[in-house]
Amino acid sequence: MAEVLVYVDHVDGAVRKPTLELLTLARRVGEPVAVALGNGAGDTAAALAEHGAVKVLTHEAAEYADYLVVPKVDALQAAVTAVSPAAVLVPSSTEGKEIAARLALRLGSGIITDAVDLEAGDEGPVATQSVFAAAFTTKSRVSKGTPVITVKPNSAAVEAAPAAGAVEALSVTFSAAATGTKVTSRTPRESTGRPELTEAAIVVSGGRGVNGAENFAIIEALADSLGAAVGASRAAVDAGWYPHTNQVGQTGKSVSPQLYIASGISGAIQHRAGMQTSKTIVAINKDAEAPIFELVDYGVVGDLFDVVPQLTEEVKSRKG
Amino acid sequence: MSLRIVVTVKYVPDATGDRHFADDLTVDRDDVDGLLSELDEYAVEQALQISENSDDDVEVTVLTVGPEDAKDALRKALSMGADKAIHVEDDDLHGTDAIGTSLVLAKAVEKAGYDLVVSGMASTDGTMGVVPALLAERLGVPQVTLLSEVSVEGGVVKGRRDGDSATEQLEASLPAVVSVTDQSGEARYPSFKGIMAAKKKPVESWDLSDLDIDEDEVGLENAYTVVESAAERPARTAGTIVKDEGEGGKQLAEFLAGQKFI
Ligand SMILES: Cc1cc2nc3c(=O)[nH]c(=O)nc-3n(C[C@H](O)[C@H](O)[C@H](O)COP(=O)(O)OP(=O)(O)OC[C@H]3O[C@@H](n4cnc5c(N)ncnc54)[C@H](O)[C@@H]3O)c2cc1C
Ligand SMILES: Nc1ncnc2c1ncn2[C@@H]1O[C@H](COP(=O)(O)O)[C@@H](O)[C@H]1O
Repeated sequence: MAEVLVYVDHVDGAVRKPTLELLTLARRVGEPVAVALGNGAGDTAAALAEHGAVKVLTHEAAEYADYLVVPKVDALQAAVTAVSPAAVLVPSSTEGKEIAARLALRLGSGIITDAVDLEAGDEGPVATQSVFAAAFTTKSRVSKGTPVITVKPNSAAVEAAPAAGAVEALSVTFSAAATGTKVTSRTPRESTGRPELTEAAIVVSGGRGVNGAENFAIIEALADSLGAAVGASRAAVDAGWYPHTNQVGQTGKSVSPQLYIASGISGAIQHRAGMQTSKTIVAINKDAEAPIFELVDYGVVGDLFDVVPQLTEEVKSRKG
Repeated sequence: MSLRIVVTVKYVPDATGDRHFADDLTVDRDDVDGLLSELDEYAVEQALQISENSDDDVEVTVLTVGPEDAKDALRKALSMGADKAIHVEDDDLHGTDAIGTSLVLAKAVEKAGYDLVVSGMASTDGTMGVVPALLAERLGVPQVTLLSEVSVEGGVVKGRRDGDSATEQLEASLPAVVSVTDQSGEARYPSFKGIMAAKKKPVESWDLSDLDIDEDEVGLENAYTVVESAAERPARTAGTIVKDEGEGGKQLAEFLAGQKFI
């Protein structure tokens, strides 16, 4: 069976969930060979083997942290040369898309970004995408070269599928361009203790209706009662009430959880672009005409300052 | 010293309009009003600020690859304050994908002459966010992308990138390709004076032969990807909507419990 390269997104050896989802999809198309780069690359092997990686190609070098994007492109290109895969899959983060694009160009290949599903097809993998703010679903494939496809988080279930996961050192020669953009400092995002927004099964978001940074405590309390991540509309972010890293929408994070709860959010097209593929959508808004209600499975027309705390209490008491 | 900035701007269908696909599964650009992609306004804004903050002699050129109407996007950018514009237009470009578009932009940027390319973070129609990286790869210059803060001084571009897991400070020597996010600062509105002045600013038109690009390198037929189908997402089945009469939170909890979320 043909091999499929999977680019591993990890933090110091801890594999992030979207990569494990990619392994599930990769197995539909071929045998997953993982590529893990940078500090802790070797430590990823156990988790990757457990989820189906037949091989784990690793390379550690300071360049991956000290320079932007290009060293990773060089390494992935080396892996493609070594393996001749049927496809290359990369998690759809902002960086992942940039790495994938440059790789595709070097390979003379096409690129598909933000796939939400992937199937084997007669002429190579067929990717499903959700476009125009999720108003349309398209199916596409790469018609030239080795398909390079980036896949959004929450596009597949993580499945255990033990495989050899043999670690092999990848040999990488960095290109002249590798050191072009220096990372002069890096401040890791502080963990809030809540699930990662793009990976969470439940997302609880607040918008302009929350009316103040201090009131976001109400949203956070509901999120915590459900074990959810917290999201925000751009209006709330622009007002300075919540960090931009939590923004959901076209220019923020795109989320696709099992449950999305929008409070005080009108449902503008740019917000919908980032949440419309959520499985179950719930909204609380005092305006019965708010467009968000067109999307909901369950909506409450009411004041979020009444409804949300009552919901939180009820969740807590039901969970005991 | 002089600094030549080229801003890449895309003309896109209005996101608040009824966007859909044409019969050949390309984005329908005829039935929906187009405009300068809002995310490229931020690129124009940052280019103008770099220009205003510089002691050098700065020239800001806006560049678009797109159909006849894409001139509207250039006009808007000129009325914001850009100095001149280049419109790459050719019937053979219809259906070109990101890989092909980056080729056309790279050739055009090289022909125009540049020290700095400033792009938007993503186009609002394709939303791929890959063209700036592709441009840097093609031009063989550093990519300093997804910046929420950018400055240029002494032939060096610096910026802040709020990445997925960390905030990074980046630095590269010119020439370079930069892309800026919508966190980089509100874009200015064209003034009346700006709108009048824009009418007199030069807009050059280039086609593929001006850029030494073969027709078999671009266009739908030669794209690197094929869209096999496009289906409108089925309307969500109408949900239950209740009015809060004091029990709204509890009713919602009941629904969530029924769905096994609690
Ligand atoms: C290029 C571009 C990119 C964008 N990207 C994004 C993006 O990534 N994400 C995003 O979210 N937006 C984005 N936007 C902005 C988007 O167009 C909207 O302006 C934004 O989503 C509105 O946020 P909101 O719903 O919180 O605010 P509003 O539209 O002002 O809605 C607030 C809602 O709260 C309700 N409300 C008020 N008080 C209460 C109360 N006490 N109880 C219950 N309900 C109450 C109101 O009825 C109203 O419906 C973008 C715009 C552009 C042009
Ligand atoms: N046809 C085009 N003409 C000019 N600039 C473009 C075009 N397509 C993309 N760009 C630039 O590339 C950025 C990212 O686009 P994309 O990768 O398509 O999301 C945009 O914000 C523009 O700056």
